[in-house]
Amino acid sequence: MSIHPPAQRVWWKQPIDKIEAAWIGLALIWCLILFAWMPYWHVFGKQNLSTESYKTSTTAFEKKTNDMIAKYTVRKEADGQIPVVAPPAGSNVYLAASKWAWNPILELKKGESYRLHISSLDWQHGFSLQPVNMNLQILPGYETVITLTPTQSGEFGVVCNEFCGIGHHAMLGKIYVKD
Amino acid sequence: MAGNSFRQCPTSGLYFHRSAESLMKAHAVMAVVFFLIGGIFGLLVMLTRMPSVHLLSAETFYMALSIHGTDILIFWIIFFEVAVLYFASSTLLRVRPAMPGLGWLGFLLMLVGSCTTTFSFFRGNSSVMFTSYVPMPAEPIFYLGLILFAVGALVGCFLFLATLVVAKREKTYQGSIPLVTFGALTACIIAVVTIVMGAIILIPTFLWSLGLIPNVDPLVYRTIWWGLGHSSQQINVSAQVSIWYAVAAIVFGAKPMSEKVSRTAFLLYILFLQLASAHHLLVDPGLSTSWKVFNTSYAMYLAVLASMVHGLTVPGSIEVAQRKKGFTNGLFEWLRKAPWDNPVFSGMFLAMIIFGFIGGITGVVMGTEQINLIIHNTIFVPGHFHATVAVGTTLTFMAITYFLIPVLFRRELILPQLAKWQPYIFAGGMVLLILFMLGAGTLGVPRRHWDVSFSDAVLKFKFAGTAITMLGMAGVGGILAAIGGGAYCLIAVGSLVFGKRLDENASLFSSFGFPMSAPAYKVSQPDQLAMSPIESHGSGSHAAPGTFALALVFLVTFVVYFFINAKYLSSLWHMS
Repeated sequence: MSIHPPAQRVWWKQPIDKIEAAWIGLALIWCLILFAWMPYWHVFGKQNLSTESYKTSTTAFEKKTNDMIAKYTVRKEADGQIPVVAPPAGSNVYLAASKWAWNPILELKKGESYRLHISSLDWQHGFSLQPVNMNLQILPGYETVITLTPTQSGEFGVVCNEFCGIGHHAMLGKIYVKD
Repeated sequence: MAGNSFRQCPTSGLYFHRSAESLMKAHAVMAVVFFLIGGIFGLLVMLTRMPSVHLLSAETFYMALSIHGTDILIFWIIFFEVAVLYFASSTLLRVRPAMPGLGWLGFLLMLVGSCTTTFSFFRGNSSVMFTSYVPMPAEPIFYLGLILFAVGALVGCFLFLATLVVAKREKTYQGSIPLVTFGALTACIIAVVTIVMGAIILIPTFLWSLGLIPNVDPLVYRTIWWGLGHSSQQINVSAQVSIWYAVAAIVFGAKPMSEKVSRTAFLLYILFLQLASAHHLLVDPGLSTSWKVFNTSYAMYLAVLASMVHGLTVPGSIEVAQRKKGFTNGLFEWLRKAPWDNPVFSGMFLAMIIFGFIGGITGVVMGTEQINLIIHNTIFVPGHFHATVAVGTTLTFMAITYFLIPVLFRRELILPQLAKWQPYIFAGGMVLLILFMLGAGTLGVPRRHWDVSFSDAVLKFKFAGTAITMLGMAGVGGILAAIGGGAYCLIAVGSLVFGKRLDENASLFSSFGFPMSAPAYKVSQPDQLAMSPIESHGSGSHAAPGTFALALVFLVTFVVYFFINAKYLSSLWHMS
C-alpha cells in the first residue's frame, strides 16, 4: 500500500504499466504543444507583449505625460477636470496611473498604431482595457511601452485591476477610438 | 526513549507516538480555528461582491479580503500541513518524533505569528491583501507576524527531516520510505525553498516598513514574493496528492500502480515548480519574453506533466484495487461501487476531479504567456485558485479530517448524516462559485474590487449585464460553500467536544498527560514497518481502463478549452 514501503527493495527497476506509459506519452506531447504555441504566437499572432520597458522615475514620467497633454489636448471632460488628448497616429502616447485616476483620456483612431507608454506615479496599478479585456501590470519606476492598434471604434473603459488602496474601485479611465 | 510512548489505534492499526500526537492535535486544531475565521470573512467578501447585497463598506471589504486570503491561504493550510508532516513521519514510519520540545517552539512561533498578522488586519491599517505589493505599506507587525510564522513552519520542516533521519538510523521500517511519506518529503523540501524566498523578500520589506531601508523595488518584490506566493501553493499540491495516495490506501488498500512513476512525478514538482512563479509576472514590465516563456512553459509544463501523471495514477490505483475486489463490469463499475457515502473517499475524489478539471486546466491556460493578457487580475484568477486551493487542498484536508477524528482524536463523528453530505455541499457550492467567477473574469470583471458599477468614479463604465448576473450567481455558490464549510467546522469541533469516546480515556488532552493516567500508551517501540507484500505483476492485474478513459476526457477538455481561449485572444486589439 502507499502507506507502506514499496514491495520491492529495488522499486525503480520495476516495469511500467502500458496505460501509465501511454498516458505519460500523451501528456508530454500536449505539454510540448503548449510550449511550442507561445513562440508560434510570437511569430504569427497579433497580440504579443513587447519587452520594451524602461526604468523611469515618477517625476520624469509625470513630466512626459504633462508635456503630451499640453501639446495635444482637444477638450476637457468631467467638468473640466480631465483632459482628452488626441495624439497623432504613430506618436508616443503617455498614460499615467495614480491614486485613483488614469490621466489623461485618450482619443485614438481605429486601425492606426500608437506607442503607448504606461507607468504609475505611486503604487502598483492594473491597466485593464474594457470590454476588450486586455490587462497589464503597471509598476512605479517602470515604463511599459506597447505598440497598440485599436481594431474597434467606440468608447472604452480603463479599469484599475490591481488593488491600490481605499479608492481603488473609483479609479476609472477612458479611451475613445474614432473611425 | 524510556517508557511506553506509543499507542496502536485499533481501527486503523496505526501507531501514534504521544509527543507527535500532541503536536498533530495542536496544529490541526489551530488550522481549523483559522479556517473558521478565514471562512467567515470569505463569506462576507462574497456577500459584498454580490451586486444585489453589497454588504460591507469599501474599507471593511478590503480588510475582510486581506484576512480571508491570508488566514486561509497561509494559516489554515500551513498549520494543517505541519500536522500532516508529523503524521507522515512519526506515525507512518512508527518512529519517535525528533526533538518534540523544538516542535512546540515552532508551534508557538506559528501561533504568535499568525495571531500577530491577523491582529494587524483588525487594526485596519494593513489592508494590503495577501500579496502586500510594495510600495503600498502595511504596519510593521503585519510583516513581523508573517516572518515569525514562517520561521515556526521552517522548524516544523526541519523536524520532519530530522524524524526521517531518526527512523532510518533506528531502522523502524524496511526498504524505502512509503510513497505518502515521499510525497510529504516533497512538500517539505518545497516548503523550505518557499520559506527562504519569503525571508529574502519579507525581511527587507519589514525593515522598509520600519523606515530602516529607503525603498523596495516593486518588480524585485514581485519576482521574489511569488517565489513564496506560488511555491507555497505547490506545497499544497504535494501535500494533497500525498493525502490522495493515503486515502486510496486507507479506504481501498490500494498500492501505487508504479512506485517509479509516482515518485518521479513528485520529483518533477521539486525540480520545476519553483520557477513557475514567473507566470504571475507575464504582463509585467522589465522581464524578457524568453525569460517568461522559459520559466512558465519549460518549467511549468513539466510540473503540469507531474500533476497529469498523479491524476492518472491515484484513481488508477483505486481502480486496480477495486477490480481485484471483483468490481470488474464495464469501464466504471469500480467507480460506481465506490463508497460514495464515506466522506473520507467522496471528499478526496471530488477534490481530485475538481482540482484537475477546473483548477488544472484554467491554471495552465492562464499561465500561457500571451493568453495571460485576457486573464491577468480579473476575477478569473481567484476562480482558478478556488478550484485548486479551496477545493483541491481544502476539501482534501476536510476528507482526511474525517479519518483523523476517530483515529487521532479517538472520537466518533457527530452528525454522521451531515458528514456524509458535507463534501457534496461544499464542492457543489464551490463549483458554482468558481464557474461563475471564471465566467465573469472572462468578461473582464476585476478581482479585489469593491464596486464594479463604479458609482464613485468620475467617469462612467458599465460591464455587460451578463457579467453582473454572473457575480450574483457566484455569490449563491459562495453561500452554499460557506454552509458546507460551516458544517465541516461544526462536525470537526463538535466531535472533539461531544463525540462519543472510542477509548475510555480518550480526551483531547490525553496525549498531553491529562488526565494523568494514560493507559492507552502501552507500546515502547512498535515492530519494524514491513514492506508491502509482493504480488505477481501480470499485465492484467494492473489494468485501469476506466481511469484511462477519464484521462482521455480530461485531455480533450483541456485541448478544447485552450484553443477557445487562444481564439478569444486573437480577437483583441493588435499589440506588439
